[in-house]
Parts: sequence; C-alpha cells; structure tokens
Amino acid sequence: MSFTVEKPGLLTTVQDRGRQGYQQFGLSPAGAMDEYALQMANVLVGNERNEAVLEVTMMGPVLKAEKDMVIAFAGGNLQPAIDDEEVATWKSYHVRGGSKISFGRPVNGARLYLSVRGGIEIPEVMGSRSTYLKAGLGGFEGRELRKGDRIEVGEGAGSSEVHAGRRVASEHIPSYEKEITVRAVPGPQEDYFEKEALEQFFSEVFEVSHQSDRMGYRLQGEEPLKHKNGADILSDATAFGSVQVPGDGQPIILMADRQTTGGYTKIATVIGVDLWKVAQLPPGGKIRFKKTDVHEAQRLWQEQEDILVQVASYGRS
Amino acid sequence: MTRITSMKPVGERAIRIGFEERISEETNRYIAALCKAIEEQVHPAVTEWVPAYASLTVYYKPETSGFDEMKSFLESCVKDVHDLEGEGGRVIGIPVLYGGEGGPDLSELASHHGMDEEEVIRLHSEGDYLVYMLGFNPGFPYLGGLSDKLHTPRRDNPRQNVPAGSVGIAGEQTGIYPLASPGGWQLIGRTPARLFDPEQPDAFLLRAGDRLRFRPVDEKEYDDLCSRVENGEQIVEVEEGEHAH
Repeated sequence: MSFTVEKPGLLTTVQDRGRQGYQQFGLSPAGAMDEYALQMANVLVGNERNEAVLEVTMMGPVLKAEKDMVIAFAGGNLQPAIDDEEVATWKSYHVRGGSKISFGRPVNGARLYLSVRGGIEIPEVMGSRSTYLKAGLGGFEGRELRKGDRIEVGEGAGSSEVHAGRRVASEHIPSYEKEITVRAVPGPQEDYFEKEALEQFFSEVFEVSHQSDRMGYRLQGEEPLKHKNGADILSDATAFGSVQVPGDGQPIILMADRQTTGGYTKIATVIGVDLWKVAQLPPGGKIRFKKTDVHEAQRLWQEQEDILVQVASYGRS
Repeated sequence: MTRITSMKPVGERAIRIGFEERISEETNRYIAALCKAIEEQVHPAVTEWVPAYASLTVYYKPETSGFDEMKSFLESCVKDVHDLEGEGGRVIGIPVLYGGEGGPDLSELASHHGMDEEEVIRLHSEGDYLVYMLGFNPGFPYLGGLSDKLHTPRRDNPRQNVPAGSVGIAGEQTGIYPLASPGGWQLIGRTPARLFDPEQPDAFLLRAGDRLRFRPVDEKEYDDLCSRVENGEQIVEVEEGEHAH
C-alpha cells in the first residue's frame, strides 16, 4: 500500500501535530502549520485527529496511488484533482489503484492537507512523524518529498469505502482571505515597547514578506515598532504564534519550525484558533492584529476543540 | 534570594514565570529546582517546559486546565521548592582538538588578544562552564563562564557552513554547534562528541544545569574518538553530581 511521487511539487512534507517534550533541549516541535485543517483532514477519513498526513505547499505534487485507498483534502484550495478531474476540498474520496492525484494552482490559502485512511506509515522519531527540515529529522527521511519516493500508508487504507464521500459541514469550513485580522494576547515583553508602539501594533496593517516559511512569517509595517531600550532580552522560550520584534522594529510571527528560544522581545502571541489564518496567508498578504486576552483565547480554543470532538465522533459512527 | 517577578500568559498554551532579568547561577539552580517540582507533581494539563536564563515557560493543554488554574498550580510548585543546597549537576568532559582545520580562527583570535595559541587553549580548557539553558538548535548549550580574557566579537562575515561539533567564541559566550549550520562564531576547535543524536535513547548529550569542561586532545586521539563515535560509542566523560539523577 503506497503512494509514488511522480513530481514533487514546491514543498511537500509529512506532518502530524508535532514533537512534544523536547523544546527544553532546543528541538523545535515542527508539525502542521494549520492544525485545524490537519485535524479535519484526518476526521474526514476516520483517523485519529493527530495522524500523519502530507502537508502540500502552494504548488502540489503529482502522486500515484498504488492501491485502492480513501483519502481527503482539507485546507487551502490548491485545485486537487483525481485522474485529472478537479475535486472539492474538505471532502473524502475513494481512489482506485493506479489513480493519479495532482494539483493545479493555488485558488485560495497556501497549504493543503492530504490525509489517507490508516495514516502515513513511517516510523515515529522521538514520538512524532513530523518532518523537521532544519535538522533533517522525522517524516520521510527527514526531508521534503522528491520524485520517485514511495510513501507507505497504514493498514486499512482501502479496506472499506465507508469513509469516502464525507464532507465537512459548510459552517466549519474556513474562508481564506488575503487580508486577515488575527487576535493576539499581548506579551510576554509588551512592557519593552513604547506605548505608541503597542497602539501601532494593534492598528497598523502589515505585509507578509517573501522571506516567510515554516519557521516564521516576516512582516513589514510602515513604521518600525519602537522599543524603549533596545530589542535584546536574555534568551527565553518561544511559542507557536509568538510575535518577535528585533531591533529593526519589523515583527516576525514564529511558526511550526520556530527556534525554541530567542533573544528578541516578543510583543504578543497570536491565539491558537487564529494561527490557521496566518498559515494559509501567501506572501504579499496583509495582516492586522486585534488585542485579546488569555481568557477569551482559551474560551475560543475550547469552542474549536468541542467542534473537532463532535465532528470526530460523527466520523466514527 | 531568587524572586519571581511575573507570571504571564504566552498565548493560550503557555505561561511564562519571570525572574529578575540577569544571568546568575543562583537563579539557574532555582529554576532547575522548580522544574523538578513541576515534574514531580505530574499535572495532567502540563505538556512540557523550557528553562531559560531568567524565566521558565510551562506549556499546557488549555482544554484540560485554564490559565487561572495553571497559575495556582505553578504557585503551589513554587512553595515546594526548598533546599537548593547540595543540588549538584553533572560534570561533562568534552574532548576538543584545538586549531587546525576544525579551528580556523584560533591563530587570529590569539593575536587579537596578544597571546599565543597555547595560552588561548589553556584559558579555554581551564574554564568551568555552566549550561544555563539549551535552545536555538537541538542540543545547543548556552554556556556561562568564559574567561573575560577570551571575549571576542563575532566574525564580520558569517560562514555559510559551520560543521557540527565546531567549538567557538562569540562575544562573552563559548559554545558548540550541534548541527552543521551557517554561523558567525570564531571557531577555535572541534569535538567528535555528538550533542544531538536522535538514534540514541538519550538523544541529547547536555541538559540545563550541567557543568562542562573542555579537554584538549591531539590529532591521534581525536581521530580515534571520531571512529568510536562512528561505532555508536559514548566518548564523553560524565560525572554524576552529588544528588544528580
């Protein structure tokens, strides 16, 4: 049971929700950039929410399914097609052995998650199947997919067609915009900034630069954000969504492959339920930050968790 | 006396315990003891934690516990921290071949300080270094304890590719590159020891609170150690501290 990679696409990697427990040793968790789409992709094929899937970036690969299997597409619409016929995202399909899975151009969003019933069958490295590119660790040989790779899929991938034809209810399908507003909790170093800089941060529109990747999104604002006494702090821990502001005053949102520690002030943290908006924003996209607090962020997180649990329980029935 | 100055949210999935913003061995010991208290309590929401110079960040599952509950839990852990006396970390001996191909900046660094190479090697290998924290790259130690006679600015032109195991100096810091990566440190030597090896049950050689010493080796011993590392052998000398686990 496997896929063969006929064309690699721009950047396709194996990801689950990341490697937990090693940040204190400096190892980045890696994992899916859009955790919501990853989980929905798995739920669509009846997998556990954290199963490994393929994260497809902008321009997708061409894959050949070697056997019958049930797959699903969730996340950005990168024009997935089965045997050259374009199909919808947020939906699962039964594909026959020999079928071609290909992609067109990005219609919206930047990352698509291709799940397969039974999951991607590669060994876990330190508790996860996520690829951490910088250290060449995990996933498929620690790297992005290349032409000729064979990716084994788990038991039961094509055992039944029961999970084919499922779709995510429209109210749970996000819409991907090129101008987004994300909510962020100030801190932990908000007091290193001038009061005006904080107001500016929560009102200005920033543009996503082309130097943005799985590690972080570099943003460009009109005016640099001013620190009171410089941007350097004693290095401390980062989080998914930390907004770091180095000396040049231009923020960087730290993403899945972030460094675990850093020596620059962090003005805010993008909340978990809004991170997918960032993950799906292509270079040139516009971003605005809206202030919120930890209690609201946790209420929203719980709301999303309830939806995922509910949808997953339908998926199993 | 180590004092907590703040407990702040880092988004909805982490909480940062802040200490007075300075580098001190006392704070480092306190943070290590607090980590141990958190580990012993085994809270179902806590997933991991990252000790740093003057902070400890604790990651948790908000679907299991909210911020206020987490904060009270951590406050109770703080109350559990006592008896820092006698808490000894491990002492790790790192073999280093100074100079040559692995240490291309040794002679320039020596002349920058008006010393000869032997003097630099002596000062560097006499030092007693504390691993304050790990970060930046898997297994990379932030070390304190470099002799101020060896403080040297970074290179003007960072190298595109610094090999794994390179031992360098940057400003007031000395360190070891766990992975090949670009970098601007002044390279004075190389160790055959692997700081990060996912194949080993203990993937990371070092942990926060370890004491580290560099031991100069000659080329013959270096080559010998390299082949032993290739065979999966542990070549680093580890002395357990008094009460180390």
